[in-house]
Amino acid sequence: MTTTNPTMTRETLGSRLKWTIHDYRAIVGQEFAHIFRQPANFAWQLGFPIVMVLLFVYVFGSAMDVTGAGAGVDYVSFAMPGMFAMTMAFGFTNTAWAVAEMKEKGFIDRVRSMPMASSAVVVGRNIADTIHAAVDLSILALIALVIGWRSDGSLLETLAAFGLLLWLRFALIWVGVWLGLLVKNVEQAGNLFAVAFPFAMVSSVFTPPDLMPNWLGTIAVWNPVSATATAIRDLYGNPLPVGDAWPETHAIAAALIGPIVITVIFLPLAVRRFRGLGR
Amino acid sequence: MPTTTVEARNLGKRYKDTSALENFDLSAEAGTVLGLLGPNGAGKTTTVRILTTLLSLDTGSASVAGFDVARDARQVRRRIGLTGQNPAVDDLLSARQNLVLFGRLFRLTKARARERAARLLEQFGLAETADRQVKKFSGGMKRRLDLAAGMILAPQVLFLDEPTTGLDPAGRREVWDAVSGLAADGTTVVLTTHYLDEADRLCDRIAVIDHGRNVVEDTPAGLKRRMGHDRLELVVADHAELAAARGLIEAVASGEPAVDEAAGSVSAPVAEPVDALTATATAAREKRLEVADIGLRRPTLDEAFLELIGQEDRK
Ligand SMILES: Nc1ncnc2c1ncn2[C@@H]1O[C@H](COP(=O)(O)OP(=O)(O)O)[C@@H](O)[C@H]1O
Ligand SMILES: [Mg+2]
Repeated sequence: MTTTNPTMTRETLGSRLKWTIHDYRAIVGQEFAHIFRQPANFAWQLGFPIVMVLLFVYVFGSAMDVTGAGAGVDYVSFAMPGMFAMTMAFGFTNTAWAVAEMKEKGFIDRVRSMPMASSAVVVGRNIADTIHAAVDLSILALIALVIGWRSDGSLLETLAAFGLLLWLRFALIWVGVWLGLLVKNVEQAGNLFAVAFPFAMVSSVFTPPDLMPNWLGTIAVWNPVSATATAIRDLYGNPLPVGDAWPETHAIAAALIGPIVITVIFLPLAVRRFRGLGR
Repeated sequence: MPTTTVEARNLGKRYKDTSALENFDLSAEAGTVLGLLGPNGAGKTTTVRILTTLLSLDTGSASVAGFDVARDARQVRRRIGLTGQNPAVDDLLSARQNLVLFGRLFRLTKARARERAARLLEQFGLAETADRQVKKFSGGMKRRLDLAAGMILAPQVLFLDEPTTGLDPAGRREVWDAVSGLAADGTTVVLTTHYLDEADRLCDRIAVIDHGRNVVEDTPAGLKRRMGHDRLELVVADHAELAAARGLIEAVASGEPAVDEAAGSVSAPVAEPVDALTATATAAREKRLEVADIGLRRPTLDEAFLELIGQEDRK
């Protein structure tokens, strides 16, 4: 019988690290294989933000006065960064869905029964999803350019804006992993969309919080998605008159801190949940 | 001298309000196939999950391939393969991509993983469809791929949780052949099933589990001997003749006949199955009874369990 002995008996810290990175690469590679196998699927995931943006820009946008200069004015430069932020905000449902599917199918069990770094499922997922999000963003930015959106910021500012978007997405992946492990099955993971919708929408992505009822506006202002949307509008050089709440006047700081807060809360929850699978 | 590869003593496991395992013992000798047979909810999956280090145990201890599942989980993981209740393969990838991925996750080099994948595809009869997307595979093919994924490191012990549930007869046969092949190569196999015929066909020993407890453990032949008698069943074409049919069955039965009015059938356990069958068929012809169907059938697993568990309770 063939014996294929993969690992040495004693592991040094260095070899452990090496193998852990090897495991992460394998999981990330799997995600890329998915994209190449199913470009249509990938396109579908982008379909929603694209439809939303067309709807908002061409249907609602014409009636929306975001600058105080009259309905429809400059809505594209308001809505495009909003759409970027929204896509990042919704992204955690993709993560949750992927994790729930891996769990339901027994993929996570199989991996946990293997002599690999079990963190690879979670961390590898995170890396894969962040890369995935970067690809999403590039495609959306191209569409935005076609519709007529331009960044007036410097190259550095523009890149920083995309960085902040990915920063938000990265933090929300932990929420996605936690929820994906929490739900009973893939079907429930699909329903998370209902949670994601208000989370993404009660924010400044498509409507200035000023135009919302007071209490809703307050929630919207403190929603981390808003901070990111406002910060990137600043960086793209499409700033808007905003209110005087702290996250609005310090949008970039808020957009940096918000994801840290999310990570600090949800990373331990996700890890605990993952460990709890064995109990 | 035979060595014990799987040894579990006094396993106990509680989920919030259900006790899934209680004082459960299990052992399998190296190179044998052990069947864990029990109805749904008996605790089969829980046992497999504990033995494959996926689940902590509340009481008792278990060792696999000489290592304690709780203390030396990593050592255990290097020596086992697991095929869970659902095929844990990636539908979007091809069969080959799946095996290479798992090979990588088993920490083989890329070249080694490819080599191993090619061998396993050959061994499990998947070479021709290796590059097709798994989504398009039949249930049996998917299961075989799943088995192959569990065999990447040529493990000492392979755990299979209900390997044929949900498969059509052709798929079941494919999986049976694959498992028999592995057993012949010397892999120790622990499989769970709720099919008696499956356990009978594949296993050297069968442990029956119910409500998380040991019911009985024996060889398939020994188990069948304990399982009571075959049943003789007679189905009449004209339901008006049910009473007459009941009379015929009663004459050869070793127990109370059961009448199913809707199906027009009468059945009863018989001690001498073949004699009872021929005698009844002859009698029916003599009485000009119009017979739609007559035959012997094994007690269903439900009946068999009831009987076994009943014996256990009476002890
Ligand atoms: N995660 C869980 N939480 C609560 N109860 C569970 C869980 N998993 C299994 N059970 C219960 O434990 C018992 C044994 O389940 P299981 O081992 O899956 O049985 P089997 O595999 O034989 O069908 C059942 O009563 C089942 O409902
Ligand atoms: Mg089960």
